[in-house]
Amino acid sequence: MSIRERLSGNEAIATAMRQIDPDVFAAFPITPSTEIPQYFAQYVADGKVGTEYVTVESEHSSMSTCIGAAAAGARAVTATSSAGLAFMYEVLYVAASSRLPITLACVNRTLTGPININNDHSDSMGARDAGWLQIYAENNQEAYDNYLQAMRISEHPSVRLPIMICQDGFITSHAVENILLEEDAAVKKFVGEYRPEHALVGRDHPLAVGPYDSCPFCMEHKVMQAEAMKNAKKVILDVAADFEKTFGRKYGFFEEYRMEDAEVALVLIGSTAGTAKACVEKLRAQGVKAGLVKIRVFRPFPMEELAQALKNVKAVAVMDKSEGYSGCGGPLFAETRSACYDLPDPPKMIDVVYGLAGRDCAVEDIEKVYRHLLRIMETGDVGPRYIHFGQRSNQQEVL
Amino acid sequence: MAYNHKVELSKPERFAPGHRLCAGCGAGIVCRGITRALDEGDKAVICNATGCLEVSSFLYPYTAWEDSYIHSAFENASAVCGGVEAACKALQKKGRLNEEYKFITIGGDGGTYDIGFQSLSGAMERGHDMVYFCYDNEAYMNTGIQRSSSTPRFANATTTPVGTESLGKKQEKKDLTVIMAAHNIPYVAQTTFIGNFKDFHEKAHRAIYTPGPAFVNVMAPCPRGWQYSAELLPQICKMAVETCVWPLYEVVEGKWMLSYEPKKKLPVEEFMRLQGRFKHCFKPGNEWTIEAAQDYVDRKWAELLARCSQS
Ligand SMILES: Cc1ncc(C[n+]2csc(CCOP(=O)(O)OP(=O)(O)O)c2C)c(N)n1
Ligand code: SF4
Ligand SMILES: [Mg+2]
Repeated sequence: MSIRERLSGNEAIATAMRQIDPDVFAAFPITPSTEIPQYFAQYVADGKVGTEYVTVESEHSSMSTCIGAAAAGARAVTATSSAGLAFMYEVLYVAASSRLPITLACVNRTLTGPININNDHSDSMGARDAGWLQIYAENNQEAYDNYLQAMRISEHPSVRLPIMICQDGFITSHAVENILLEEDAAVKKFVGEYRPEHALVGRDHPLAVGPYDSCPFCMEHKVMQAEAMKNAKKVILDVAADFEKTFGRKYGFFEEYRMEDAEVALVLIGSTAGTAKACVEKLRAQGVKAGLVKIRVFRPFPMEELAQALKNVKAVAVMDKSEGYSGCGGPLFAETRSACYDLPDPPKMIDVVYGLAGRDCAVEDIEKVYRHLLRIMETGDVGPRYIHFGQRSNQQEVL
Repeated sequence: MAYNHKVELSKPERFAPGHRLCAGCGAGIVCRGITRALDEGDKAVICNATGCLEVSSFLYPYTAWEDSYIHSAFENASAVCGGVEAACKALQKKGRLNEEYKFITIGGDGGTYDIGFQSLSGAMERGHDMVYFCYDNEAYMNTGIQRSSSTPRFANATTTPVGTESLGKKQEKKDLTVIMAAHNIPYVAQTTFIGNFKDFHEKAHRAIYTPGPAFVNVMAPCPRGWQYSAELLPQICKMAVETCVWPLYEVVEGKWMLSYEPKKKLPVEEFMRLQGRFKHCFKPGNEWTIEAAQDYVDRKWAELLARCSQS
């Protein structure tokens, strides 16, 4: 039986951690993820978990501690945001290439600089090529549910890759909302135990981890890693199916909202989906065929599936909540546009970079984007493809 | 049990030959000595920082390590070791691991004094049950003899080259052993390869079998970087100790103890003369560099004696 509660996103993640009782938790405080290690410290202080809690001196060391712990055959977890994630950059790649299924609760916050504590996705997007699985949440329920599914995906023998469970800083992490929690025993049963075949300790043979990998071998190892990322697609769907069977809530690579006959659609990630859904409803009431695709799984990127979801749409705005500084659009735009390249009649597509460093995005703002798409659909003229939306100066606004 | 060199050397080798360290490299001697200091049958996990040792001892698909071993980066070996140790504690507590392990970290001076210092300091302060061994060859050898904070003043390194306006490194060597003692951990020691390895062996053994964090700094000369021919190694180590450039001592639970006091402290030039990296110091007109080096050694030695007599 599910339990009705009211929790913030951070407490939801901490609760999931307590229920799973990981072997090692190493973390360092940074807004807005700080509450997670704080809640967890209390669980340790109250004897509610058997976890070894390592209060490291930096995020580089929290990831390194997780690397050591996971190589020793333990389930290792951490939590961070923004500069903390950036500080881990080097060792994120090490975790992935060593094929260590570490779980990182990422509470998305903009990357310094300039320093700013509010939400956008530049931190985890900056790590998108590090070889980590990335799953994003719209709200605290999804953050909790994604966390419960994380380890079964990342620890699966055909995957063995670390995983980031992302939620929007403050908007999701600090807002208290209704949530359905599952019972401790049911969670433990669903997640299962971690028993890797190889480990530094407790096996018949010693193990050597992290070689100097020379030219004749290193590329093959990287290809194996790439294959594992592809394998994760099936595992993600299998775990989601079992999650639905067990707890009744349905998940996929992305959520399609009113997409069945949509002519104009947004593709976006995270909490803005709630705002966009309200806007879709408003527009639908006026007869506008508006739809929304909310990306849940960004790594591996569900390329073919997304193309199928968008194939009948006339005009698409990809909403990037991070600036890639590529000079031609954000990371979600690059992936989405590439996904649609093979469609016989791809939709017209623009990139709307928005919400940077916590800039607010309301229903009226989203409506402007849909209206712009309608104009593109009618005139066939796409206009500027790469737009920064929601700036102080109206002059620069295209929408 | 009294140290018996023959008996120790007859133990099965846990750092296998076939690694690719240069002939006469101090790092390899450190590794053989550390693994020999483990009691037979005791299991260990070795964590290693990036450096000459790592790239020479674990090249896929070969490893020189008979024990479990993990390398992940240059600056994080202590944190990785702390993670392994924490994992073992958790797995033991949860009944999923029955064996006991010793946790050993090995890093070069770059990975210890410099880029890995934060991670080392953090792990020691948190009190993980682990030993950190620094093989101190006084420069970044793996990348081609660049200066580190451990490089002594006046040494010629590729980022502190001798030139018309330069006499090598400008700064004195960082005194890391003293800094580690200031962490108030149960065991800190400084050693090198002397005679039959008794000093090194006993300190390594004590460090490994002291509960809680321990740090051992081992002077591990590098024939390539210090510019001497490999067979001079024993003499270099002996001179380092006899000149008090590298005193042998321990800090046990805060108590400072000299392991060896030279009967007659030799002048520092006896140590410097053996190495090409100090060659320029012996040129006419540069005599002051040797005097300055002597002053520094005298001051540090007096400080150490004072600490030991106060303890
Ligand atoms: C973050 C990072 N910076 C730089 C390097 C390049 N690097 C590898 S080993 C090394 C020097 C190692 O010096 P030390 O720790 O003294 O070991 P040694 O090679 O002398 O044995 C450097 C600079 C690296 N691997 N990682
Ligand atoms: S360069 Fe020096 S430290 Fe590196 S392997 Fe050779 S002797 Fe050893
Ligand atoms: Mg060195």
